[in-house]
Amino acid sequence: MSDQEDDIILSKLNDEDLVAQMFDDLYDGLKEEIEEGVHILLDRGWEPYRVLTEALVGGMTIVGNDFRDGILFVPEVLLAANAMKGGMAILKPLLAETGAPRVGKMVIGTVKGDIHDIGKNLVGMMMEGAGFEIVDLGINNSVDDYFAALDAEEPDILGMSALLTTTMPYMKVVIDSLVEKGRRDDYTVLVGGAPLNEEFGKAIGADAYCRDAAVAVETAKEFMARKHNQLAAG
Amino acid sequence: MTIPDDTQLTEHGLNANGSGRILLLACGALAREILALQKANGWDHMVLACLPAIYHNTPEKIVPAIREAVAKHRDTYDEIFVVYADCGTGGLLQAACAEMGVKMVEGPHCYSFFEGNAAFDARDEITAFYLTDFLVRQFDAFVTKPLGLDRHPELRDMYFEHYEKLVYQAQIKDPALEAKARDCAETLGLAYEYRFTGYGDLENALKAL
Repeated sequence: MSDQEDDIILSKLNDEDLVAQMFDDLYDGLKEEIEEGVHILLDRGWEPYRVLTEALVGGMTIVGNDFRDGILFVPEVLLAANAMKGGMAILKPLLAETGAPRVGKMVIGTVKGDIHDIGKNLVGMMMEGAGFEIVDLGINNSVDDYFAALDAEEPDILGMSALLTTTMPYMKVVIDSLVEKGRRDDYTVLVGGAPLNEEFGKAIGADAYCRDAAVAVETAKEFMARKHNQLAAG
Repeated sequence: MTIPDDTQLTEHGLNANGSGRILLLACGALAREILALQKANGWDHMVLACLPAIYHNTPEKIVPAIREAVAKHRDTYDEIFVVYADCGTGGLLQAACAEMGVKMVEGPHCYSFFEGNAAFDARDEITAFYLTDFLVRQFDAFVTKPLGLDRHPELRDMYFEHYEKLVYQAQIKDPALEAKARDCAETLGLAYEYRFTGYGDLENALKAL
């Protein structure tokens, strides 16, 4: 079969086949194809939120599962994330206009002394895909940086990330400062990063350690549901 | 003992070979350095065994492998010394060693103990990417291939955008390795710095055994 015959014309696919093809394209990290697919679905009258959840998050969930199961590795996940980012860039302004549901708000940042942000960026993107508003503080954040963002943004969740054994203890410094100021219960604190584990998360007083981006999204949703239930009960 | 092949050390490690009172259970990335120290100091009471050096990239494999190796060898030797620092295990290796009653090298990783933990800590560098002699020789196996840079060079900036320089921490003086390290820095788009460390705290730790 020639290459030409292999070419798939996205615009000629029906919605179901197009979404399935976008899953494949996301898996293969094909940013331009994802952007094209997003435009086609929008042109067909899909709500931006539906494109986001069904086409992008649906596809990225498969990528996340295969990463967790050791089928995909970091480079492939990054390429997929980059493709999703392309689609998100188109959808984001439209989501704001169309009043898509907002699940909660999260301030997220890599801790002081640490410049690693790949995992944090993935978490931020997947959280956005799940309907969270994300305020990304970037890398190398001090206690003051976190507090400034908490004051300005009033989020539901504080997310902290670290890749190094030497920097992960700083998460405790931030949490201890929250406790000192009597503000620990104002936020759900989620932590993550390669050298962390569940015991560490508990030991420093975080609400949860999240092994990967998918777990972070599920955990954040659970905590938001609990918060809503408490408010409803109260 | 002949110097083992780097690829072998990366992928398979090294089986204990020889007789001695103390087993050094090391990362494969340290084999050459440990053997050089043994030879220079006449430490015939030590035997070296190594885990695959590539565990450096998947630290979650280190603790179970160390536990297994300690269990396997503990009846054969009077003492086992784990020649790993924390190496990304988030304190779990230290906890496992304490539980098993074996000692290990102090510090967060080999970059730190090669420079000397105190000196490394004092630098407080956060934007440096480090390579040792072994990692320069095995750059493709540890960096280029696992990060997918051979297949997708466009990923480079996603990995390295916040790094500023590559520091080559040299254990031995070797112009060929220095040239290669310089090439590695260029590949990653980073400034290059050469730092001769020798064996640093590794030598002190082994000397104390």
